[in-house]
Amino acid sequence: MVTGLIGKKVGMTQLFAADGTVQPATVLKAGPCVVVQAKTTETDGYEAVQLGLVEAKPTKENKPSQGHFKKAGVPATRVRREMKLVAGGDPLKAGDQVNVSMFADGDRVDVIGTSRGRGFQGVVKRHHFKGGGASHGSMHHRAPGSIGQSSYPSRVLKGMRMGGHMGDARVTVRNLKVIRVDAENNLLLVEGAVPGGPNGVLMIRKAIAAKPIRIPTVEPKKKGKK
Amino acid sequence: MTAIELVEQGQLTTRPDMKAGDTVRVHVKIREGEKERIQIFEGIVIGIHRGGSRASFTVRKVSFGQGVERIFPLHSPTIAKIDVVRSARVRRAKLYYLRELRGKAARMKETKRAQ
Repeated sequence: MVTGLIGKKVGMTQLFAADGTVQPATVLKAGPCVVVQAKTTETDGYEAVQLGLVEAKPTKENKPSQGHFKKAGVPATRVRREMKLVAGGDPLKAGDQVNVSMFADGDRVDVIGTSRGRGFQGVVKRHHFKGGGASHGSMHHRAPGSIGQSSYPSRVLKGMRMGGHMGDARVTVRNLKVIRVDAENNLLLVEGAVPGGPNGVLMIRKAIAAKPIRIPTVEPKKKGKK
Repeated sequence: MTAIELVEQGQLTTRPDMKAGDTVRVHVKIREGEKERIQIFEGIVIGIHRGGSRASFTVRKVSFGQGVERIFPLHSPTIAKIDVVRSARVRRAKLYYLRELRGKAARMKETKRAQ
């Protein structure tokens, strides 16, 4: 059984509860996906499937990848990702469909995507440094401050947090709750935010570290004198 | 229909056609323990933010000389109903300038509403 599928972020919205509280939600267009290649222990050394995201707009592929799709007997897809398999269910073969009905309401999912690129950013934005005073003659506004000692070690330690390129990196958000599954329209509604902007490609998989949902138990009030 | 509209469709409620400058009575459901009662908030709509089920509107009133503003989600289930009491002629979509005005200066010319 495949552990997840490919999707795209549509955007965010909110859902009302009966008492008027608002729940933030992200709409994902998840799948439909097609199995482009089934990887096996014999041929590849491990078990996985390569999924392709089926889109309305056809894609132009170069000859080598055209051959790859021809072998699978599926139309070419622009986005392809590899997904792990877990025991159970029928073994997948090339050409099989994977869609959003693999998830159910209340499930926990991990969403993997590419965060929005922020360009070159300073330490205040990038690493949440406090920054210095703004006024009263302070000349230390958003500078990082000291980045190390002097003659020993005479170098800057590796991993020192400094300004630099921020965002546009692979980000995983774990244990997002599935609010709604719309198999008809291939939509998935998850609670909270996911990395990247609208139309960003996402991998949505079953949560690898989902905690069991704990229902709070109300202890009976003790009777007697205070 | 976009995917977002599809998701929000079920949340939309029918609300009266309001615009900035209207005086409205918002019937808000208030829960006190097990009981539920209706509280009315009456004031001038000073702005509406559109956007599907995320739409909201701001109502301003002057209560005991103190200006009070409340932002309501337009489609919130806690709003039992909204009555439009009066409409006024305004030339802005957002009436934030009313915050600086007091008393007579904050009056507005009423317009006839199509019933």
